[in-house]
Amino acid sequence: MRLSIYRYNPDVDAKPYMQDYDIELEPTDRMLLDALTRLKSVDDTFSFRRSCREGVCGSDAMNINGKNGLACITKITDLKEPVVIRPLPGLPVIRDLIVDMSQFFKQYHSVTPYVINDTPRPEKERLQSPEDREELNGLYECILCACCSTACPSFWWNPDKFVGPAGLLQAYRFIADTRDEATNERLDNLEDPYRLFRCHSIMNCVDVCPKGLNPTKAIGKIKDLLVKRTV
Amino acid sequence: MAITTRKFDAVVVGAGGSGLRAALQLAEANLQVAVLSKVFPTRSHTVAAQGGVSASLGNEEPDNWHWHMYDTVKGSDYLGDQDAIEFMCRKASEAVIELEHYGMPFDRLDNGKIYQRPFGGHTSNYGERAVKRACAAADRTGHAMLHTLYQRNVRAHTQFFVEWMALDLIRNQSGDVLGVVAMEMETGEVMVLHAKATLLATGGAGRIYAASTNAYINTGDGLGMAARAGIPLEDMEFWQFHPTGVAGAGVLITEGVRGEGGFLLNKNGERFMERYAPTVKDLASRDVVSRAMATEIKEGRGAGKDADYILLKLDHLGADVIDKRLPGIREIAKKFANVDPAKDPIPVVPTCHYMMGGVPTNMHGQSLAGHSGGTSVKGLYAAGECACVSVHGANRLGTNSLLDLLVFGKAAGEQVVRDLAADVLSHQELPKDAADRSLARLAKLDAAKSGESVHEVGAELRRTMQLHCGVFRFPDSLAEGVRKINEVAQRAGSLYFKDKSKVFNTARVEALELENLVEVAVSTMISANARQESRGAHDRSDFPNRDDATWMKHTFWYKEGNRLEYRPVQLKPLTVESFEPKARVY
Amino acid sequence: MVKREVVGAHYGLRDWLAQRVTAVVMLVYTLLVLMALVMLPKFDYWSWKTLWQLQLMRYATVLFVAALLFHAWIGVRNIFMDYIKDAGIRLTLYVVVILALIAYGAWAVQILWGK
Repeated sequence: MRLSIYRYNPDVDAKPYMQDYDIELEPTDRMLLDALTRLKSVDDTFSFRRSCREGVCGSDAMNINGKNGLACITKITDLKEPVVIRPLPGLPVIRDLIVDMSQFFKQYHSVTPYVINDTPRPEKERLQSPEDREELNGLYECILCACCSTACPSFWWNPDKFVGPAGLLQAYRFIADTRDEATNERLDNLEDPYRLFRCHSIMNCVDVCPKGLNPTKAIGKIKDLLVKRTV
Repeated sequence: MAITTRKFDAVVVGAGGSGLRAALQLAEANLQVAVLSKVFPTRSHTVAAQGGVSASLGNEEPDNWHWHMYDTVKGSDYLGDQDAIEFMCRKASEAVIELEHYGMPFDRLDNGKIYQRPFGGHTSNYGERAVKRACAAADRTGHAMLHTLYQRNVRAHTQFFVEWMALDLIRNQSGDVLGVVAMEMETGEVMVLHAKATLLATGGAGRIYAASTNAYINTGDGLGMAARAGIPLEDMEFWQFHPTGVAGAGVLITEGVRGEGGFLLNKNGERFMERYAPTVKDLASRDVVSRAMATEIKEGRGAGKDADYILLKLDHLGADVIDKRLPGIREIAKKFANVDPAKDPIPVVPTCHYMMGGVPTNMHGQSLAGHSGGTSVKGLYAAGECACVSVHGANRLGTNSLLDLLVFGKAAGEQVVRDLAADVLSHQELPKDAADRSLARLAKLDAAKSGESVHEVGAELRRTMQLHCGVFRFPDSLAEGVRKINEVAQRAGSLYFKDKSKVFNTARVEALELENLVEVAVSTMISANARQESRGAHDRSDFPNRDDATWMKHTFWYKEGNRLEYRPVQLKPLTVESFEPKARVY
Repeated sequence: MVKREVVGAHYGLRDWLAQRVTAVVMLVYTLLVLMALVMLPKFDYWSWKTLWQLQLMRYATVLFVAALLFHAWIGVRNIFMDYIKDAGIRLTLYVVVILALIAYGAWAVQILWGK
């Protein structure tokens, strides 16, 4: 299998470069992550993040043939060779495919990502109808891999100010939770030309999300609520 | 060389379920707590748990903690300590309700209460029939739980050290633990975290097996640290093989599939579990089901051209139920098995999944100093999969792992808070050589000009464990396994990798992880070779029966001298009558 | 001055909404003009000129131009927000654009009602 991989080790390299590899696969290697792991066993200087290898932890997000995705659930047979692999775009590269995700998590943290409910706790669970619970589907499944936000030009230009698709999806996850009592504060927090309104609905986020989620739709719902509260 | 030292009230190693639950307790008590994690917290392996967390809420049908306790004791094949099991099952409902209040997106019943589904080994009225006890968020319960716990920690302003790897425990002359030496992966810098309390929550080590549902990061770092620091490892021979890992890929397919009504078939289309467990069939406990599957395959009734896997059928549930209750499973099956479970059965095989053993603790998370008596190591606590309380004994019931990490994560956190308040713990003076062991390990790896490849030694370790210490264990094979694993340990003493750079050197991290895996693998093989009976997940051809007269005891493995000691099982619960050992039929 | 990333201007919704409303106005106007053109007895200068003698057409056009300018203002400001990082330069550009748009508006009125 032929791979062309972005390499950069600040300890050794003056600047980044693309390195070509031709590696021998085993029949058990089915996903791109298997190929990268095999490559790592040959060239241990090659660095990337990985953990669960089944698409739930969000570690191995990278840019594969120009499109962001998770290596562990990208089938080798679906890829055109040579497979060009780069780190997620728009974030500072620490080394090889490892990017500094601080900015991404800072935006996630900025949406107060937890249920706020100051009503005294009942002895049992807070009740929620199956229909109300349904509202959280397509939101809570986010794995924070950053494929979406780093595919979004608005996030590229203003990563410090624009919450980005992942953060906004999570913002809506708490607005949509009937147990949360802070909708107004959450809307206040987002009503801003940068934080929310940098989204121009180009839907790159939807295109790349490895979990099939739809941040654009969630953002639309936040805007709907803002309109509703103003009009 | 001068090393940066920082002081904290408590250091938590690991930010999975138990680490986060404990950290929350500490942060909300306004303690200075540092949580170290090799990965961003939501990437910890708790995220991959699927089916549910058990609690006898009785939302769908009558249930109570005593039935849950009975099931857990029976599931453990009577090796679990009944005081700890009572403690856990009593606390279960409270733990789950608390999580719901934190915002966990549980599925719901029409009346708005938490949805519960049946799970293997969970029964009503002491084994009468399967009961709905597993509280679930579709088939992403672990994901929902881990994110909820992380979110709650964000609220509590917990201080995280993300992508830091703990290397070794610091112990002084009197054996007290004074913190850890850790390495920041991004810079390669080493730091001493001087703490009054150190809590290990490093999760499992399923990466000692070639076929495992575990993540790459599950390398038993806490166990390696403990073993090197002279702390024994308990019950390491007991490894759970989950019945349904995707054949070839190892990816987990939740027991919830069978909880929702799916079942296993051999190549003749026979629902063979009816023969092995007439009452609860496919919902027998995991060791029983895995053994039944392995037997079917061994006797030539496996499916596929090599007759080497079993079929998990769930298409009869209908696409709607699958999409509602098991959406992640459909996704995984399509991706990793190339089948749509709404149409075709999923090929599955028993796959290494969970470590019942670990760092010995009592039910308050205090780490035990040894096999005799109840003395604990001052300053050291452990919780979650890396700890052995022991509630799972020789076999864990599905959904009890998520419960374990909630209950004992919290209990350990509370104990640290209590010990700090009572001034039992302090910042004792660090020994001069506090970081020496870690620095020497790093220096040796960096200085190596040649040696064994990390990849090859790791692969040999996994092959050895898979071949010699699997679902069925044979005397000759175990003896051979001991020889081979010692050889692997020898080879792991001279590892070499090319990359000597500082910044995010994952080759170095993998070498350090392998050193931890070796401790886990050796302890497993030695403990398994010594236990001359079949109990729970430990099945020996030469001793096919459980031997309560001789073996109602926990194994304690000491790294020094590869020595084994034993400690009797605690049969006396806290307040109720003991469940006396009896034959285990499902 | 301390360097901080500041957000929280608490506006944006009206602009976002206005962009959509002005778009609708422009669409309706475009259809109106197309219809008028189709209904012209003859497609020549005189018919064209007669059409613009109608007060309705003139006011509709003023409305259209106002919508267009507002729409353009929001759009151009969005582009500046993305690419111009320096607040001083951005403010200057805003002023230039606003002045230009006002000038365009005046010019449009002049065309419609001028001799």
